[in-house]
Amino acid sequence: MPVLNYIQAVKEALKEEMERDEKVYVLGEDVGVRGGVFRATEGLYEQFGELRVLDTPLAESAIAGVGIGSAMYGMRPVAEMQFADFIMPAVNQIISEAAKIRYRSNNDWHCPITIRAPYGGGVHGALYHSQSIEAVFANQPGLKIVMPSSPYDVKGLLKAAIRDDDPVLFLEHKRAYRLLKEEVPEGEYTLPIGKADVKRTGSDVTVITYGLCVHFAKEAAEKLEQQGISTEILDLRTVYPLDKEAIIHSASKTGKVLLVTEDNKEGSIIGEVAAIISEHCLFDLDAPIQRLAGPEVPAMPYAPTLEKEFMMNPDKIEAAIKDLAEF
Amino acid sequence: MATQRINMPQLGESVTEGTISNWLIKEGDQVDKYDPIAEVMTDKVNAEVPSSFSGVIKEIIAIEGEVIEVGQLMCYIETTESNAPEQTQQKQPVEKTSTQQSDRSMKNRYSPAVMRIAQENDIDLTTVEGSGKNGRITRKDVEKIVKEGKQVSRSDKAQVEETSQNNEALEEFTPPIIRRKSVEARPGDREIPVTGLRRTIAQNMVRSKTEIPHAWMMIEVDVTNLVAYRNAEKDKFKENEGYNLSYFAFFLNAVAKALKKFPELNSCWAGDKIIQRNDINLSIAVAHEHELYVPVIKNVDEKSIKGIAKEIHQLSRKARTGTLSKEDMEDGTFTVNNTGSFGSVESMGVINYPQSAILQVESIVKRPVIIDDMFAARDMVNLCLSLDHRVLDGVICGAFLSHVKAILESISSDTTPIY
Repeated sequence: MPVLNYIQAVKEALKEEMERDEKVYVLGEDVGVRGGVFRATEGLYEQFGELRVLDTPLAESAIAGVGIGSAMYGMRPVAEMQFADFIMPAVNQIISEAAKIRYRSNNDWHCPITIRAPYGGGVHGALYHSQSIEAVFANQPGLKIVMPSSPYDVKGLLKAAIRDDDPVLFLEHKRAYRLLKEEVPEGEYTLPIGKADVKRTGSDVTVITYGLCVHFAKEAAEKLEQQGISTEILDLRTVYPLDKEAIIHSASKTGKVLLVTEDNKEGSIIGEVAAIISEHCLFDLDAPIQRLAGPEVPAMPYAPTLEKEFMMNPDKIEAAIKDLAEF
Repeated sequence: MATQRINMPQLGESVTEGTISNWLIKEGDQVDKYDPIAEVMTDKVNAEVPSSFSGVIKEIIAIEGEVIEVGQLMCYIETTESNAPEQTQQKQPVEKTSTQQSDRSMKNRYSPAVMRIAQENDIDLTTVEGSGKNGRITRKDVEKIVKEGKQVSRSDKAQVEETSQNNEALEEFTPPIIRRKSVEARPGDREIPVTGLRRTIAQNMVRSKTEIPHAWMMIEVDVTNLVAYRNAEKDKFKENEGYNLSYFAFFLNAVAKALKKFPELNSCWAGDKIIQRNDINLSIAVAHEHELYVPVIKNVDEKSIKGIAKEIHQLSRKARTGTLSKEDMEDGTFTVNNTGSFGSVESMGVINYPQSAILQVESIVKRPVIIDDMFAARDMVNLCLSLDHRVLDGVICGAFLSHVKAILESISSDTTPIY
């Protein structure tokens, strides 16, 4: 089985889907001749031509709008936002149009668009290239937000997103692009959207997180295992809507829950996870639900020391798990 | 060979914990069954803990000065006896001894999961050792108990108490939920730690006042004859016997006689029944410095005035020297409190749980009274009765008090010989 990194898994999923279905096409800034700033669409222009690999102007609202319109007419667009930070001009298109069209038209229309966007920090990207934007979109019924944590999940989930008949926001952690590598099967497989995944089973503390933080949590858990602390890791994979059943199951299992996100703490995805747990798991809880998140600071700083302070890392997670285990 | 636990035994009713004052053995010592292994100080008595097994002391868990709850582990013993019912428990708490001495502030903070599991499985959390931070009982701790099936359930514990003690009324008591603001000391205030005995007094008082519906009565008694009789005899008595002929002995004698006639007051509430005691054992309150002891004079109805006076004298001396034994404090059925000794003329006593009444004998004071339409100077005393209104009513208590009054007012060398 070939070992792919995260970005290669993106490329493979796109290529396979474009080969499978000629209605699938990609559009975005520099996705064509250039092959994307992160090389996610490398070779697609050559293979599928300029009509299926569209270079667009620097206008995110247009990228989303064109994609949404074509999706409603039967195409399967995969729109790329060069950085998630730049998705803001497209918010109106995504929230008010894509997410609502099925409901608004009483099921006459639907919008099978996938919008890919690299998010997250730790790459010296500073303010405009480090943001986590998932929480902005995470209360819009009609929209799904998928945030895979590994190359294997990327391929299976991206293919599922493209085949989904409704809009999917597909957020890829840019630091993971070349950091994470694993064996990814060639050819056909998809993973279910809306389902969380137990990445590690354990009995002392449950860590619930998503994206790159899953990787950090795994590293922390491995270290703690040598100290006799057994950690369960639940990867949300889809952060909206949340997989309540899996959250309740994993939280109830240990009764000690650590929620981790790279995003700012207040109003983040994990706050919603905490709410689900407190609604359903009170009599299984053995400790207060703990949140580990970025500080309430407007943006990821550029100075490396401050960026390091802001970013999530395995040491922070390890300390938090240990605290809970000892409680 | 098997490793056995020796736990803190129940050293008297309502005793829940004891302080190890002295280990009499050390690790590696050979002991026989019933050999004393440690001296334990409870809030009521000092006692020796006997070994439950013959064998070699393997590990001493509780350290001197440490407060150990009843049923908690004191030490391990390697026995020479076979059949070992509690063998499964042997290893578990070893590693926890270090935390035991440190911060235990989370011991009684139960998480929702712990409370649920404890309730579902009838686990008494006060007997569980917590492995969490600051002694907290974790979900895993209780799950382990459930898994190993060795829970000390509430009902089991209650049974143990019931068979070892005749305190039938105790089990229905549920401690009140106390929500109070913490009281902070201000600069210059003196903080006095609450010692075992003070804490027991506090607990017993709270228990009595929260569980027992108290009602009160008072009666006035003319004890002029008694005063005259006692004054005539006291010097000779002191000379012959070496201790005082106190008024209190006469009052106890009168109360015992009245209880014989009204056994309803010599009883206690036992939830679904009222238990009327056959013996008349009077608890008397003896204060010493900042402590209050309540020793018992047994079978007062069978004793002469001299016999009662002697026991009052002996018990007071023991209380002052701190040598009251567990037996001295047990089995009281009714309490008489000599409040007059510190000048009180009227008081509302708190019933000595689980008894059903307490009588306060107030100061004897000379007062003008009208007898046959004429003023007379008489020695008067108030008797104040607190009664458990579940057990007793005003009519019976009134009759009881009137009878005590009649006995006291008719006291003379004819009716009440001293010997």
